[in-house]
Formats: sequence, structure tokens, C-alpha cells
Amino acid sequence: MSAAVPAVFEAVKVDYAAIAPMLVVVGGALIGVLVEAVAPRSTRYGAQLVLTLATIAAALVALFVWAVPHKAVTLGQSLAIDGPALFLQATLLVFGLLGVLAMSERFGGKSADAFTPMGASSPGSPQEAAATRAGFATSEVFPLALFSLFGMLIFVAANDLITMFVALEVLSLPLYILTGLARRRRLLSQEASLKYFLLGAFSSAFFLFGAALLYGFSGSSDLKLIARAITTNSSQMNGLLLPGAILVLIGLLFKVGAVPFHSWTPDAYQGAPTPITGFMAAATKAAAFGAILRIAYVGLEVSRWDWRVGVGLIAAATMIVGAVLSVTQTDVKRLLAYSSVAHAGFILVGLLSFDGNGIAGVMFYLVAYGLATLAAFAIVAMIRQGGSEATHLSQWAGLGRKHPVVAGIFGLLLLAFAGIPLTSGFTSKFAVFAPAIHSGGTMGVLLVVIGVLASAVTAYVYFRIIVLMYFTQAPEDDVVALTPSVATTIVVTVGVLATLLLGIVPGLLLQLAQDASTFLL
Amino acid sequence: MHTLIQSLATEGAAATEGGHAAYAWLLIALPALGAAILLLGGKRTNKFGPALATGLSWASFAVGAVIFVTMLGLGAEERAAHAELWNWIPAGQFQLSAGLLVDQLSMSFVLLITFVGSLIHVYSLGYMEHDPDKRRFFAYLNLFVASMLVLVLADSYLLLFVGWEGVGLASYLLIGFWNHNPAYATAANKAFFVNRVGDLGLSIAIMMMFATFGKVDFASVNAGVDGASTTQLTAIGLLLLVGACGKSAQFPLQSWLGDAMAGPTPVSALIHAATMVTAGVYLVVRSHAIFEGAPNAQLAVAIVGAITLLYGAIVGCAKDDIKKALAASTMSQIGYMMLAAGLGPIGYAFAIFHLLTHGFFKAGMFLGAGSVMHGMNDQVDMRRFGRLSGAMKVTWVTFGLGWLAILGIPPFAGFWSKDKIIESAFAVGGTRGWILGLATLIGAGITAFYMSRLFFMTFHGKEKRWTDGQHPHESPATMTVPMIVLSIGSGLLGMILAFAGFAQWLHPVFGGEEHEEHTNWPLMAITLLVVAAGLLLAYWRYWREEVPKRAPEGNLLTQAARADLYQDAINEGLFMRPGIHLTRALVFTDTKGVDATAGGLAATIGGFSSRLRRLQNGYVRSYALTMLTGVVAVLGVLWVMN
Repeated sequence: MSAAVPAVFEAVKVDYAAIAPMLVVVGGALIGVLVEAVAPRSTRYGAQLVLTLATIAAALVALFVWAVPHKAVTLGQSLAIDGPALFLQATLLVFGLLGVLAMSERFGGKSADAFTPMGASSPGSPQEAAATRAGFATSEVFPLALFSLFGMLIFVAANDLITMFVALEVLSLPLYILTGLARRRRLLSQEASLKYFLLGAFSSAFFLFGAALLYGFSGSSDLKLIARAITTNSSQMNGLLLPGAILVLIGLLFKVGAVPFHSWTPDAYQGAPTPITGFMAAATKAAAFGAILRIAYVGLEVSRWDWRVGVGLIAAATMIVGAVLSVTQTDVKRLLAYSSVAHAGFILVGLLSFDGNGIAGVMFYLVAYGLATLAAFAIVAMIRQGGSEATHLSQWAGLGRKHPVVAGIFGLLLLAFAGIPLTSGFTSKFAVFAPAIHSGGTMGVLLVVIGVLASAVTAYVYFRIIVLMYFTQAPEDDVVALTPSVATTIVVTVGVLATLLLGIVPGLLLQLAQDASTFLL
Repeated sequence: MHTLIQSLATEGAAATEGGHAAYAWLLIALPALGAAILLLGGKRTNKFGPALATGLSWASFAVGAVIFVTMLGLGAEERAAHAELWNWIPAGQFQLSAGLLVDQLSMSFVLLITFVGSLIHVYSLGYMEHDPDKRRFFAYLNLFVASMLVLVLADSYLLLFVGWEGVGLASYLLIGFWNHNPAYATAANKAFFVNRVGDLGLSIAIMMMFATFGKVDFASVNAGVDGASTTQLTAIGLLLLVGACGKSAQFPLQSWLGDAMAGPTPVSALIHAATMVTAGVYLVVRSHAIFEGAPNAQLAVAIVGAITLLYGAIVGCAKDDIKKALAASTMSQIGYMMLAAGLGPIGYAFAIFHLLTHGFFKAGMFLGAGSVMHGMNDQVDMRRFGRLSGAMKVTWVTFGLGWLAILGIPPFAGFWSKDKIIESAFAVGGTRGWILGLATLIGAGITAFYMSRLFFMTFHGKEKRWTDGQHPHESPATMTVPMIVLSIGSGLLGMILAFAGFAQWLHPVFGGEEHEEHTNWPLMAITLLVVAAGLLLAYWRYWREEVPKRAPEGNLLTQAARADLYQDAINEGLFMRPGIHLTRALVFTDTKGVDATAGGLAATIGGFSSRLRRLQNGYVRSYALTMLTGVVAVLGVLWVMN
């Protein structure tokens, strides 16, 4: 044992410009809490909405004005504001903006339509009825969303396992609460929230255990130092590396819904308020893949030959199970959940190519998929029967006749999910599959073959819905698409435009993603 | 040596950049704009929509004509031009740009598509006049024209695939246009599914090209053929053939075309006779370099063509539904084109030549059939027609010209193109030449029989077999004028193209040696005799004799032909039933009563899915257990592997 070196406390250098977007978001969230405490009830919805949108917009401005020219590894090596981080942070902020717009939809009511008036009341209780009568509204969803967004922004930039873990919790905790706040089908929502929380805690344990093992291996939680320890082979505890790597990755793969850690996805997606589902599907996935990219390409890249096969197996299972299980789904939200599981598998294929184009492909995929998903869930929230959301597929029969525009847009988004050419789905699949074939070796080719077969299966599922909407006689019922406000219209329009533009002229964004695909060490 | 130098010379003359191709994007943009306006504009465009769509289609033709004239002014080696539109997928080494290739081959198609397409727009103004969904119909027609132009103008297989899917979509939407009738919607679905099989072939072919050549644009693929092995080329060629079979209704993927006649008649004329169904021929001819490097695949093309041409002809003899008889004839005529395309360099030009003349006379006859139906309250059973020549003079004459053209009577169009295919088939020589030649010759005889049968049963015969209360009348001018124009084409196009040297004009596209043309007079005489025999037989049975109003039972062959030679039964027996039984045996042994008719594969996946679904039981404890099992499994696998 060497003599203990007295710890010298050294103030870390902070590059405020680089982390300005994150500071803006957390600042906005804290003000949101204050607004919740002091503003009179009648003004809260409006105040929170304006505050949240302004915060995210300001963060976006800060990102482009200050952070982009200021790439740096800062805060004592714990945050790396580099190309991928900035690209994904901008993506997340846009998702956040659209997600908040979707959450704010009122459909002519007084408060946000998707959320319960009182989260703490038990479903069907007199308390709940009283809250409804009194016109309560859970306007705290907006600061909660901001907190979650804050966690995500750190998550994609975290260069250190501990920071990453804190970010993981910061982004997850608000989501657990948001999941339980659905206005309708309260029990389902609360059940989803609890399940998500329990399984999330379980996966966090894996992550922590893995982080501890990696620390044991390398003597540091810093990704760069872990990479160095692997390269120099200086550790005496080599046996810890592989289990540590796998456990950390599994903790993160849980968040993207990779099989077999996907079981929470359908339940949580179905139970959560629909706009929250859209936000989770788009933003959580982007953030978690950002973290996986960083771990895989910065921390564990050198030892990838040891763990690659394991993640490859997970990717294959994810694509197969996601695609196959979507076949028997009868609920639109669950179906989209399984579709998101399958998409996670496709993204993993690109991620495993270990190639700059692979990084760019993954980021492109996240943007394309996220924007389409946000729009898709915004539309799901519009389809109603007798006041509650009509999510059963049978209720969508003949929708194309009653609401040709809404059904047409949804059909287009489904085509994108299926990967039909001239939609963003095709280019993004191409962008992740091409590097996998090119530099992924035999495993890459195998995964792409599985991926193409799985997309064929999912295409069947999506076409079935299109056939259902257009070629099935509508039953005599009162399923209607509510007329959306400006907010939802923006979300859907952006989603549709992005789906088309990224399909026809993807060059611009692909180039941007490629330029941003280098990690700072 | 000589051929090598020549082919190098033509390689060197590969498409120049820009030039007269610079405005080719307008060809596609104009009808695409029409489709967008009509679909997005909604009811507001109801009034002017159809006229606008027709105008834009004509505008596209005008652009095509200007490009064509410019092209004529250039030397033969400068006529191919290329225009890059934008950099489509710039992913590292996988540079893929979207561009248009304007050469002799694509321009032949452009003119056919825009001209016949525009005529059919005009015809539809009359035919669909009273349909409440007229606007949607015209929007789809414009969408079709735009997609078809993408297909033929594409400079890479991937962009071609975009057009390929686009025409598939338009065809699907138009077959099912009257989808309030469940039978029509089913027909649309059938076309969709059969086409998926073909599309799968094409898409795998494209992937294989990527793997083999690293590129998928025509120029690079043609240049890379020399470096590829015969096995690779054969595989790609056969997969392309699968794609072509699906789109062009060739054996064994022919079953959808007959049902596709559920769509409105102008659609049958445009999509399922003149243009879309010939896309397979285009694909094969465009890929000539691959097929020349893979003789087996090329032979397969010729065989598929020979089988289909006889198959279609036999089915055509027994059909009483006028549109289905025409559909069978289309299938058979495309068989001729396929066969020609499978003959190699000697046949390409004639395949395209026949494609163009066929586009005119078959579209004309379909429009004639539509006109008959229009006058007869949508009756399609030829046994309830007869002696319509008096009531519908224009339809009779124009249809008659188409009939003479398809029979190959000189000097009408078919004579110039079909006869050349028969000649070329015999010219191959050897056993192969005899078999293919005889198939085309016998096909010509049967064609003469069933087309004359159709013509006599409809317009002539001993008596009128109309149902009560029928008052056949001539159609309005919007319908007759396009028919007249097309019939002039049926009459003269063959002669014009033959004397203008169409084969020489196409030649630079294929390169290689220019082979001399010489007419095989004895063969031509024999062909005409065979045709005359078929015609006389039909005259004797369907003009002189009385035609029963209800179809007689007929012999075994007739019954088989009437049932499309049992294609559906065979499909069902070979593919659907075993699939279903297999899945029943494997998956559903314990869950009886599951509806297995959804089709074999879907059922397998469905069964697998239901099984997996049980894991999703809603209990957090079992979810957590799944996760733990997964973690242990992954760790175990890696531990064993390392």
C-alpha cells in the first residue's frame, strides 16, 4: 500500500458556455416549480406553457449560439460537449418542444386534456370527482417534463459513469410520475407507472453494479480512463471488465426497450398519457442511445470484440420479438410500443458497425423516428369514442372514410415506420444498415438480413392498419377524430414534413450527422 | 475483337451530362403536381381538377416531344443524356444520387406513356363523367403517369424501384377504386400481394447488385458486369426476372391480372395493357448487360415468355367476359415481348417495338370495350352482345383496326412487330430456336382465333343476343376521339416505325454488333396462313353459327381455360394449403379453431407471436425474471465464447 496522498481539493473548471443549454433548462424547470407554488390556479396552465416553451426555445438558442462554437470536455471531465452530444441535445430539445406542445393540447377544455386533475387521488374516488368538479389541473407536468429533459441533455453528454447514472435517474424519475397521470383509464396508468418504476429501479441496479465492476477494473469511473486501462492492459482484475461492460450496457438497453429488457415498454406506453408516450418513445430513446453510443465508442470500444456478440444477440432478439409481437397486437399504443422495440433493434444494428457512418446513421435514425413517432402519438390522442381515447384497432376500422386527412397522415407515418422508399423510414434504415454491411463483418451482414426480414413482418402489420382504415366498412359507431388545436397541428405538420423531407432530401441532415460524429476525448 | 472495339466505343459514348436531359424533371414534375393539387386540394378542386389533370398530362407529353425532337437533331452517339437531380443518400462510401437517364429507350417509353396516358385522361373525362369520385380518379391517374415516368427515366435501380412501387401503389388504388364493392377490394389486394412477391425479387436483386458491384446505377452496373462471376450474374438475372414476372403478370405470377380488370376500364387500358404491365419487359431490356453475362438467366426469360404467351392465348379462348379476354391477350402479348427480350441482342429492339405497337392497339381495344360497356349498361358478357357493328359504328371500326393489328395482318401495326419476333425466335437456330419459334407461331394462330372470336361475338354474328331493354348507343366524342387516334396508331405505327428504322435508333442503347435484317419470306407466308386458319375457325364458329347465350359446358380444355388453367387452385394447393397445414401442425396443435385462412406465413408468425405474447402477462415479477434471465444468458454466452 502506498501512503495515502492527502486529497487536494481543486475547484473544477466549468465551461459555462458549453453547458449553457442545460443550465437554461434546469433554470426554467425550477422557476416552473415556483410558478406552481405562487401563481393562482387559473393562470397556471398558461404561465407554465409559455414558460416551458420559452425555456426550451432559449436553450436551443443557447445551444447554437454558445455551445456549438465551444466544444469542450468540462466539469472535471464529467461532461463532454462534443459533436454527438450537441447533435443529440439539439434533437432532444426539438423533441421536447414538440412533446410539450402535444401535452398542452386541450381539445377545447380548460386544462391539458391528457392529464388527470389530481394525480394523488385514487381512481374513481370521491376525491377525484371533487377535483374534477373544482377544475383542478396538473400543470406540474410541464416542469416535470423540463426536469426529465434536463436529465436527458446530461445523459447524452455524460463522460463519466457516475454522472451518467445521476442523469439516468434525473431523466427517469419525472417520467415515472408523468406515466401515472393519465386522465382516463387511471388504474391502467397508475399500474404502468409503478411497473415502469420497479423495473427501472431493477435496471438501475444492473447499471450501478456494472459501473462498480468497471471501477474495480480500471480504478476510475471516467470513460476515458477506463478506455486507457483496457488499452494498456494494466489492470490486475481483467475478469471484471466483461461483466462490468455488459451490465452497464444492459442498464442502458433497458431504457431503449431492447429484448429481453423490453417488458415494461408495452405496458408503460399503453398506460401513460398519450403525449407522454410520444415524448418517451422519441426523447428517451434518443437520450439512451446517445449514452450507449458514448459508452460503446468511447469507453468500451477497445474491448468491443469481447462484448459485441452479446449486444448483437440482443439486437437480433429485439428485432425479431418486436416485429413478431406487433403482429398480434390489438391496441394501437401497444402496437406502436412493439414497433418502437423493433426500431431499437434496427438502431442497434447500425450502432454495432463501429464506424463513423454508423454513428451518423444512428443519430439520423433517432431524428427521423422520433419526429414520426411524436406525430403518430399526437394523432392517436385525437381519435376518440365517447370522450375516451379509441385505441383498440377495431375502432379504427373505416377511419379513412370518415377522416381522410387524419387517416392519410397516419398512413404516411406508418409507411415511414415500415421503411418504404421516399419516406424517412427508408433512408434511416439505409443509413444504419449500410455501415453494418460495410464494416460490421459477418455479424453485421447477419443482423441486416434479420433486420430486413423483421421489417417485412412489421410492414405487414402497418399495411394491415392501412387496409383497416381504408378498406374496411366502418361500423356504425361514434368514433371521431377531434379537431386539434394549433399545438397538435404543429406537431403533426412537423412530423409529416420531416418524414417526407428526410425521405426525399436526407442529404443535408445526414451530412450534419456525419460532421457531428466524432467524440471528444 | 471487332465486337469488343464496338462495345468499347458505345461505352465511351455513355450519357453526356445535362444537355437535353436538363428539363427531363419537368416530365415527372407536371403530373406529380397535378396529383398533389387534386389530392391535397380536396373538394375545392372538384370542378376544375379533372381538366387540370388532363392538361398537365398533355403538358408532360409536350415536354417529352420537345426533348425527342432535340434528340433527333443530335448524332446517334450523343442522344443519351443524364441529369443529376440531387445527392440522394450520401452515406460515406455509399454515394447514391438520384438522376434521370434520357436515352433512346427511355424516350420511347416516355412518349408512349405520356401520349397514351393523355389520351386516356381525355377518354376518362367522358367515361367517369357521372362518378362522384371523379377527382380522386384523376389524381390517381396523374400519380400513375408520374410514377411510371420515374420508373423509365431513373438512372439507377434504386430510383427505378421507387417508380416501380409508385406504379404498384397507383395500380392498387385504381383497381380498388370502386372499393365499396368487396370483390373489387379483394382483387386489389390480390394484385398487391402477388406484386409483393415480384417486388421482393427485385429488391433482393438490388441488394445483390450492391454486394456485387458496390453501386446500383445503370452505368456502374453495366461497367461492372465484366468483373462479376457468372453465378452472381445468373442469380441477379433470375431475381430481376422474378420482379419482372410480378409486374408484367408473367408465369407463374400471372394470376392477378385477370382480377385487376375490376378497375375502371380506362385504368385497364392504360395500366394493365399499355404501360405498367410492360415494365417487366423494360426491366429485362434495361438490364441487358446482366442477362448477356448470364445465358441461363436469359434462357429463363425466353422460357417464361414462351409459357406465358401460350398460357394467355389458351385462357383467352375460353373467356366470355370481354375485359378478361383482353387481359388474357395482354398477358400473352407481353409473353411475346419477354420471349424477344430473352433472345438476346437480336430481340431487344423487337421486344420494345412490339411493346409500343401493342401499347397502341391494346389500349385502343380496351377503350373500345369500355365504349361497348358504356353503351350496354356495363354488360361485360360477350354472349349477351352480338351485331353491335350497326349501333356503334365508330367503336366497331376502331376496334376492328386494333383487331387487325393484333392479328398481324399486313400492313397493320402488329404485323411489323410480332412477325419480327417470330422470325427472330426461329433465327436463334438449333432445338432452342425451333421450340421457341413454334411457340410463337402456334401462339399467333391461337391469338387469331380468340381475338376474332371476341370481335365476332361482340360486333357480328347471326343475331343480337342483348338482354331486354338494351339500347346500345355510340359514346360521346371525348371517348370516341381517343379511340380514333389510337386506332390510327394501330393502323400505321408499325409501318412508320419499321420504315423509320426503329431498331437502328434503339441500337446505341444496347451496343454490340448491328445485325442485318433480312426478311424470311417463307416464314412470313406460313405465319399468315396460320393466322388465317385461326381467323376462319373463329368465323365459322362465332359468325356463321349461333352463339348460345349461356356458355355450354365444353370439353375439359375449355373448362380448364375458363378457370384460368386452375391458376388459383394451383396457387392455393401449392403455397397456401401446405403453409396452412404446416403451421397448424407445428404451432396450433393446442389452439384449435384459430382462423388459419390468413395465409401460411402470416399464421406462422401470428402463432409465434401469440406464444411470445404469453410472456407479457402483466406481472412485474415475471418481467423482472425475464430481464434477469436475459442478463444471465448474455453473460453466459459471452463467458463461454471468451
